[in-house]
Amino acid sequence: MGGETDIINVEIVVPNQTRYLSLIGNIAEQVAKTLDVYTGDRDALAYHLNLVLTEAMVNAIQHAAAGDADKTVRVCMRIRDKDLRIFVYDHGQGFDLNAVPPPNLDALNERGRGIFFMRTFMDWVSYRKADNGNVLEMYKKLA
Amino acid sequence: MNISTENRNGKTILGLKEERLDAHNSGELKDYILKLLEDGHTRLVIDLSGVRFIDSSGLGALLSGYKNATLRSGSFVLAGLQPRVQSMFELTRLHRVFDIYPSLGEVPDSN
Repeated sequence: MGGETDIINVEIVVPNQTRYLSLIGNIAEQVAKTLDVYTGDRDALAYHLNLVLTEAMVNAIQHAAAGDADKTVRVCMRIRDKDLRIFVYDHGQGFDLNAVPPPNLDALNERGRGIFFMRTFMDWVSYRKADNGNVLEMYKKLA
Repeated sequence: MNISTENRNGKTILGLKEERLDAHNSGELKDYILKLLEDGHTRLVIDLSGVRFIDSSGLGALLSGYKNATLRSGSFVLAGLQPRVQSMFELTRLHRVFDIYPSLGEVPDSN
């Protein structure tokens, strides 16, 4: 790593199983810790990227592909200078991200905080049809 | 999931020997806690000092334990949260729900 511009492309394909969450999360942490352009708290960024990728992968595994162990999840992290983009592809039916409301944090629901974490720690999140399935994209401007 | 269990002063202390509490192991933790409660262990202390990372599923498993312990008029206490884990509780306001102590040694006998 060096200079003012980071150019990183990481693409990982793993089986559609939760045992790979830590692998993907740890890679995201290592990427965050190497970013020269990021002037903020890199340890915090590392945790947050680990978290949003974990949440996105769990969505892809549990909801989109119904736990089918023969399928795979493809994850891409792309960094160009201060633009960080994360893509998580799935082969499921998809869902309407805009219809997911913010969680009621005063209710003691056991579920429903995953997308809240993505929206909190990234600048924006989108979900759309792509590549015979869907892609969840998360963007963050690295300050 | 690697969990140690110890009985101390009428309380059952669960030590989570995992660096991550996420969707891979949170279901197992949830079931484990429910089984303990059903077996009459209704004063639980969860030692999270070894847990470096928690996701929404991990928070959900702990909430399940809290709700099930409360239903049985029991207690459900968390101890030893690392700073990033603590920040997840604060962001989701769950630090207002749980009794949280900095370490196992600081959990009062009354809990």
